[in-house]
Amino acid sequence: MLEIRIHGRGGQGNVVAAYLLATAAIEQGRYAQAFPAFGAERRGAPVAAFVRMDSQVIRRRCQVKTPDFLIIQDPALLSVTGTLDGLRPDGGILVNAQDHPLLETLGHQSLMALPATELALEHIGKPLPNTALLAAFLCLTGILPLSALQTALAERFKGAVLKRNLALLEAAADTVQAGAWQEKVIHAST
Amino acid sequence: MQALEGSQAIARTVALCRPQVVAAYPITPQTHIVEGIASLVAEGQLDCEMVSVESEHSAASVALGAAVAGARAYTASASQGILLMSEVLYTIAGMRVPLVMTCANRAVSAPLNIWNDHQDSMAMRDAGWIQLYCASNQEAIDTTVQAFYLAERCELPVMVCVDGFTLTHTLEPLALPTQAQVDAFLPPYQFAHALNPMNPWSLGTLVGPEHFTEARLAHHQALLDAQAQIIAADQAWAAVSGRHCGGLLEVRGRRDARIGILTLGAVLGTLEDALLAAAPEDQVRLLKLRSYRPFPAQALAQACADLDTLVVLERALSPGAGGIIGPEVQGALADLPTPPRVLNVAAGLGGRDMPLTLYERLLQWARQPGHPPFCLLDAADC
Repeated sequence: MLEIRIHGRGGQGNVVAAYLLATAAIEQGRYAQAFPAFGAERRGAPVAAFVRMDSQVIRRRCQVKTPDFLIIQDPALLSVTGTLDGLRPDGGILVNAQDHPLLETLGHQSLMALPATELALEHIGKPLPNTALLAAFLCLTGILPLSALQTALAERFKGAVLKRNLALLEAAADTVQAGAWQEKVIHAST
Repeated sequence: MQALEGSQAIARTVALCRPQVVAAYPITPQTHIVEGIASLVAEGQLDCEMVSVESEHSAASVALGAAVAGARAYTASASQGILLMSEVLYTIAGMRVPLVMTCANRAVSAPLNIWNDHQDSMAMRDAGWIQLYCASNQEAIDTTVQAFYLAERCELPVMVCVDGFTLTHTLEPLALPTQAQVDAFLPPYQFAHALNPMNPWSLGTLVGPEHFTEARLAHHQALLDAQAQIIAADQAWAAVSGRHCGGLLEVRGRRDARIGILTLGAVLGTLEDALLAAAPEDQVRLLKLRSYRPFPAQALAQACADLDTLVVLERALSPGAGGIIGPEVQGALADLPTPPRVLNVAAGLGGRDMPLTLYERLLQWARQPGHPPFCLLDAADC
């Protein structure tokens, strides 16, 4: 079972990101589950959401405490208590950041920074990092084809919004090294 | 199978049941359910009168009025909303009105808490409704369809209890029934006691001491009789959909184990995952209580007859007494030749996470002597 925890701020689409990722997995015939950490619903407050994926039925409904991967929508959350808690020793952290001072102080060898907000501003005109982060995550890990995310996006968005998100998806995928985290996935699923 | 959030799945299932009136007031974590239904009505996908009201008391009253006018009616609420409805919920049940409500289970204030436990529906235990608890979102879908069937056959209201957030806000692969399946299972309904101006009669009139007990007895008997209907509805729906929800009470896990854990709602899945990963000697008998009202005392006694110890895990508290379900289970087992020792535990109150390790902890609790008959496990020093 693969477990992913997504950290963001209320209003950034934290839960939508989790739902998109699980939907993409379900599109591919996997079992998946996504749910929010049920924080108070305030814009700007730190929030988290969980995703599980497996080839078998997922029965458990407890929170993800030892994730294989962290996706972090705001680099400032790296310094918030609890954000990095429980990450598996060989786990990966994908963070939406460009030259953020915390990246160097953290010095985590499996930390990958992606300027998702900048890419989103360029392609959809809004600072919404979800699509870029998810596309990069799928590309790095190879757990699902990008087409699965395209399908999941098409279920949620239509017209010009969808078109711009699909362009953002391509652009984000191009910025990371495909398969760079593949070994982490093999580790996580054994 | 399709990727759906629990609330959206429930909203779409309610729509497949073709309700003619839905009345609701939004409250976390029920909101997505009624928003979903309102969208289906607004988009023309559901031909239904969607009544937005100013409070839950009114939501229940509108649903009651619609049902006694002969409509298939539905409402949904949670927590404080359920409590505000309580006066009307007793009235609906006492008048034997068939309608369906989803309770998106949430803690009750104070202290204020929007998260999941079962205090709200437990507070309505004695209102006279059928109460069915769902262990998964698939069960929430299938139980919702069965609820309309039961309400209309038993002339009793049915509360479908779905864990707030834990189920309502979880997206997972789910199978929605087809419209044809639901239509075959739920043909158009005519409430035999609907109000009719051409043939006027009254419902819920004043009943004096000489008849009140008889009215209460009839209601009690109707709920007891509903046990057979709950089993039959589950089997009939399984014949249509290929899925069943466990009737009144479902036994899972290791059948020959001497230790049992009984619980209700979505924590069952977490316990089951932990059980499947445990060594054979650490695998317990897992009992899923689906029907809390009517209370399946006989089925429980049968399922527990050869147990040494039964842990009753519940998600609510009766302050000053302890558990709510635990003493009822103990009562149901008292007449067994060798009744199991019943340990009553409440956990997961106000949304406290119930991790996989909960299973091991309950097992230890069952194996060690000297525990108090009731404890709030998350605050226990053990």
